[in-house]
Amino acid sequence: MRLAVLTDLHANLEALEAVMEHARKHGAEQLAFLGDLVGYGADPGPVVERVQAAVATGALALKGNHDEAAIHGAPPTMRPDAAQAVTWTREHLSPEQLAFLVALPLSIERGERLFVHASAADPGQWLYVLSATDAGRSLRSVGSREIYCGHTHTPALYHLGADGTVGAFQPVPGTPIKLSAFRRWLVIPGSVGQPRDGNPAACYAMLDDAADVLVFHRVPYDAERAARKIRAAGLPGDLGARLELGA
Amino acid sequence: MTTQRIEAGAVIDGYTLEEPLHQGSMATLWRVSAPEHPSLVMKMPLLREGDDPTAMVGFEVEQMIMPTLQGSHVPLFISSGDFSTQPYIVMEYIRGDSLRARLERTPLDTDEVARIGAQIATALHSLHRQHVIHLDLKPSNVMFRDTGEAVLIDFGFSRHDRLPDLLAEQFRLPMGTAPYISPEQVLRIRNDPRSDIFALGAVLYHLITGVRAFGFPTSITGLRKRLFRDPVPPRARNPSCPAWLQEIILRCLEPDPRERYQSAAQVLLALRNPGQVPLTERARKLKQDGVVPVTRRWMRTLGAQADSWQSTAAQIARSPVVVVALDLVASSEALLTGIRTTSERVLSMHPGARLACVGVLRTSRLAVDVTVDEEGRNLRVLRLLELKDWARPLGLEEGRLTYHVLEGPDPAAVLVDFVRQNHVDHVVVGARGASPLRRYLGSVSAHVVAESPCTVTVVKVPRPSDEDEEEEEAEAS
Repeated sequence: MRLAVLTDLHANLEALEAVMEHARKHGAEQLAFLGDLVGYGADPGPVVERVQAAVATGALALKGNHDEAAIHGAPPTMRPDAAQAVTWTREHLSPEQLAFLVALPLSIERGERLFVHASAADPGQWLYVLSATDAGRSLRSVGSREIYCGHTHTPALYHLGADGTVGAFQPVPGTPIKLSAFRRWLVIPGSVGQPRDGNPAACYAMLDDAADVLVFHRVPYDAERAARKIRAAGLPGDLGARLELGA
Repeated sequence: MTTQRIEAGAVIDGYTLEEPLHQGSMATLWRVSAPEHPSLVMKMPLLREGDDPTAMVGFEVEQMIMPTLQGSHVPLFISSGDFSTQPYIVMEYIRGDSLRARLERTPLDTDEVARIGAQIATALHSLHRQHVIHLDLKPSNVMFRDTGEAVLIDFGFSRHDRLPDLLAEQFRLPMGTAPYISPEQVLRIRNDPRSDIFALGAVLYHLITGVRAFGFPTSITGLRKRLFRDPVPPRARNPSCPAWLQEIILRCLEPDPRERYQSAAQVLLALRNPGQVPLTERARKLKQDGVVPVTRRWMRTLGAQADSWQSTAAQIARSPVVVVALDLVASSEALLTGIRTTSERVLSMHPGARLACVGVLRTSRLAVDVTVDEEGRNLRVLRLLELKDWARPLGLEEGRLTYHVLEGPDPAAVLVDFVRQNHVDHVVVGARGASPLRRYLGSVSAHVVAESPCTVTVVKVPRPSDEDEEEEEAEAS
């Protein structure tokens, strides 16, 4: 089965629709959303609605730190513009949509694969996986052979060899990668709704789960429109500007 | 993992083990059969306690890279297995001996060395174009098809540009085979396709001299020597080695990758055109370099480290072979100037580019070939002089430029053949002339555009009368 793995949607409807269309054209049979459905962007309601519809037909969906903040309010550690977006987001979600976010799990295990928003080491702590060391810690904390996570907004692929060394790899979009059965893997598809690696195109990854072949994808979308909506909504203008830069 | 018997007659995932072919330090090779394939090779990594841990990672690398490779210069990948039965890779069986068998007859004669070199360079270029650097090129990893193509085997140390490098993090020691690995591999740099050019030079050196260029060092210190110590020149060991071949070999063996040929296609072009190889000090020397240059190189190696990130694809793109096809007899001065301007434009974008100026001498299909004109001048030589005269204003340094006068009844076919044979990246050719004769003969450029396996730029020069013609045509339609 082909599974499209999407994470960090951040209420960016333009990016989400472009990615879902791309995934459909490339034969995706199921979707997985690794959290942070909302926050930053101007379309929390429509984005949650799309995810709810997908879950109704078998998609996986997880909770991210921004989803949790939309439920409980921004934690004191959150950056001011993000916190402002959290308050705005909460006001623009229906009680039913908030209830959907509340019910999302922190992680889901499917056979040898674990899906989680941040590091698997302690899912509720929202630890970033930014280096081979972080990736090693996440992989060693669980038994799963493959971990799929988000939170960092930058596509990355880490692998843990039999001798304990961890390698880091910057994925090349569109290149199929056979995930060797003789090592363990940590996959970060990159953000759908707010890429931060200098390329504004939306990120996701497609897994052929029987062949264990993974492809990272970049999908160009109308970031200018998404940015315009952010400004029109009265959200911090920087949140829109960064979409156009992918920064 | 279930314990699997490895013996004749055993069946693994539907493949019947027929006979053992080779027992290496990293893997076991068996000839196997399957209902639809009577003869295949199964490679199984050695996983016993105490075996080299590189064996397993090398196997993973090969399992990752082999399915991505295509073409006649690699064994066709069939399938692979994991721990659920027995880790293996099944691939096409290439019959015959590896190049290693020929080492027993070394030194080989010049023609044979040049031919083998061209075969390997062709295979390397095919591999590099598929984003893969071999990194363990040596005689035992080169096989040959009955049709003559070299087939590269064993990708256990290879590096794919677009896939994770499983070996990068794993080992702190240089990987490869001591007599052949490049200086940058000694420094654990694994992303430079020019490392394979160095190994090719080491192989050719061995074939023409019968001796290894750098011996068989067994220590890191011994391996590091090749960063600054040049080998004994091949002509000092075998006086029958021509100067041009020594030039090619020593150029491949330059410690600094920037001083080598920049792509395997450029080595191929040199090996196929010995008369066009610019001879430098490398070709002339009969002794190793003296203390001063060696010490200078040694000083530079202190603290030498891995270069910045680069890729095989980028290196190949930087170093194209560009062909400019010239019809010096029938082209107008304006067109020849236009072709030169376009060539300059192409070359300015690629400082690593090689330009091959090609002229075609049309020969008759029926009559005895006339290669001497009415005044008795040799037409070949004349064309060559004209090509050089045309190229002079480009101001290219020697070594970036070669000249070729080809012969044949069909200029387009001869050109396309040259383009294919030399893995040319870009062809610049003039558009068809307007004379009635040219119309009758048909367009060479159209044929070249249609048949060449690469980019073709057709140069046109607007004529003052063109606008009038267009108006006339518009009126007529």
